[in-house]
Amino acid sequence: MIDTLGLTAERCVELLDAREVSCRELTEAYLERIERLDGVVHAFLRVRSAEALAEADRLDAEGRTGLQGVPIALKDILCTRGEETTAGSRILQGHRPLYDAGCVTRAKAAGLVPIGKTNMDEFAMGSSTEHSAFGVTHNPWDPSRVPGGSSGGSAAAVAAGFAPLSLGTDTGGSIRQPAALCGIVGLKPTYGAVSRHGLIAFGSSLDQVGPFALTVRDAALAYQAIAGHDPCDSTSVPLSQPVRIPDGERLDGVRIGVPYHLLEQGIEPGVRASFDAALERAASLGAEILPVELPHARFGLPAYYLIAPAEASANLARFDGVRYGLRLEEPGDTIVEMYGRTRAEGFGTEVKRRIMLGTYALSSGYYDAYYGTALRTRTLIRRDFDEAFDKVDLISTPTSPTVAFPIGDRLDDPWAMYACDVLTVPLNLSGLPGISIPSGLSEGLPVGLQLMGPAFAENRLFEAGHALERAIAFEPVPPELVAQ
Amino acid sequence: MAISDEDVLHVARLARLTLSDDEVKRTAEQLSAILGHDGALRELDLTGVPPTAHALQMENVTRPDEPRPSWPRDEVLADAPAVQDGMFRVPPTGGAQE
Repeated sequence: MIDTLGLTAERCVELLDAREVSCRELTEAYLERIERLDGVVHAFLRVRSAEALAEADRLDAEGRTGLQGVPIALKDILCTRGEETTAGSRILQGHRPLYDAGCVTRAKAAGLVPIGKTNMDEFAMGSSTEHSAFGVTHNPWDPSRVPGGSSGGSAAAVAAGFAPLSLGTDTGGSIRQPAALCGIVGLKPTYGAVSRHGLIAFGSSLDQVGPFALTVRDAALAYQAIAGHDPCDSTSVPLSQPVRIPDGERLDGVRIGVPYHLLEQGIEPGVRASFDAALERAASLGAEILPVELPHARFGLPAYYLIAPAEASANLARFDGVRYGLRLEEPGDTIVEMYGRTRAEGFGTEVKRRIMLGTYALSSGYYDAYYGTALRTRTLIRRDFDEAFDKVDLISTPTSPTVAFPIGDRLDDPWAMYACDVLTVPLNLSGLPGISIPSGLSEGLPVGLQLMGPAFAENRLFEAGHALERAIAFEPVPPELVAQ
Repeated sequence: MAISDEDVLHVARLARLTLSDDEVKRTAEQLSAILGHDGALRELDLTGVPPTAHALQMENVTRPDEPRPSWPRDEVLADAPAVQDGMFRVPPTGGAQE
């Protein structure tokens, strides 16, 4: 049977095209590995064995082309028609959506075969996947550590060889940070590039769907499959230029800006060393490395942790026990009692905390002081990026200030958990695209490098990311799992 | 900024969340701590800075106003936790005490 660890989507296509494997054999190889090792990782909430094999058989019988037959794992925040979708929350246990999310429809139309739904922090609120109502996901590089979050299951699935591709969502770093911590590639597209229809909303002005992959080229292929306008999401737009799958090896003339002032404190020395080494590689490929100022980016975290909870408190009002999900045995004597008790039982600690924070920030008397101030700060952060991109083509930082931390380490201190996102939230507040690629190891754990670009400059991220990835030659194979 | 237990109870009512006594106390402490961090935002001079609710400027988006079929009622109700006579079943909505 074929070894799926480190197997790229492109290689899957080659094997399928050459008829060295059938769609069924490929799917079976991934399912076998999930069966054998997901007890350790717990990347999946549900595996679609029968459905995926049936789809593989259909493709084998009818013939295939392109990405058809390549498995993809889906974060459980993406609606799948008739199949349980929980967003990692007890309040949605048993919920079977009436429709597929827009990105799921696109992925299926491209012939990608959903192999399962992946674990996540409840409603995407978290940076470690420890806030799932259905258990913790473990980092394939060291199962005693977190995979990052909130899309930790989708990141771990690709790193562990359970699927060559997966989809996640990024509201404040939830694709890029777990990609960094799991040693793979993660893309947060420009706001509006991928449909949010059927993505269970957290922060509607911030949420964006994007792919995880082992290589930048694979990420570009997956992005090509899911991006574009969807009439069901009025904030989605047609792409102004087609997606280009990158193949260059040089970075001649590319100006990469580095906001050194953001890296003066709070960055682990090993992360900083890996980042600096990657910049030297970029320079050796012809890139020009320039200091750049983002004077308001340091206000991103406090602004984000008002805006995102405010939007969440409104979005999560719909979970009330009436139309779907959890209903208590004794819901209470009035509907208002039922709302309160259902939400008390159905939501976890972090979700309650953010609903409370957001409701407070929006409440009468505090709206201007908190939410209004945060929205004005957001304007300044966005302007910083606009001005910086007049001078440089890309901006780079480490993706996460630290490598993967031990499970349980940050659960008692909400702000310590929120601080994981310090280098990723400014991009969401500005609606811009970013990609995380592995830059190396620190203490045996992966480090991610973030490249940020102007709106709809995904092709630029792919070109630079691909050239840099080739030069770094990171081996995205967790040693813990190679032996097994 | 210190958040009192009374503040927490008020916000919990607005958010339709029933909190235990322990949760009220813990929430008061944690919200105070978290909101303490945006003291940083008070440093900023935001005079004349417009708010950004959405990062990408968009004009209003419309679509043709054409009738389309709704979701079939039985499919919608099949996902509901309690149903009666083709409707969502809930406790009494009248006379709720607030």
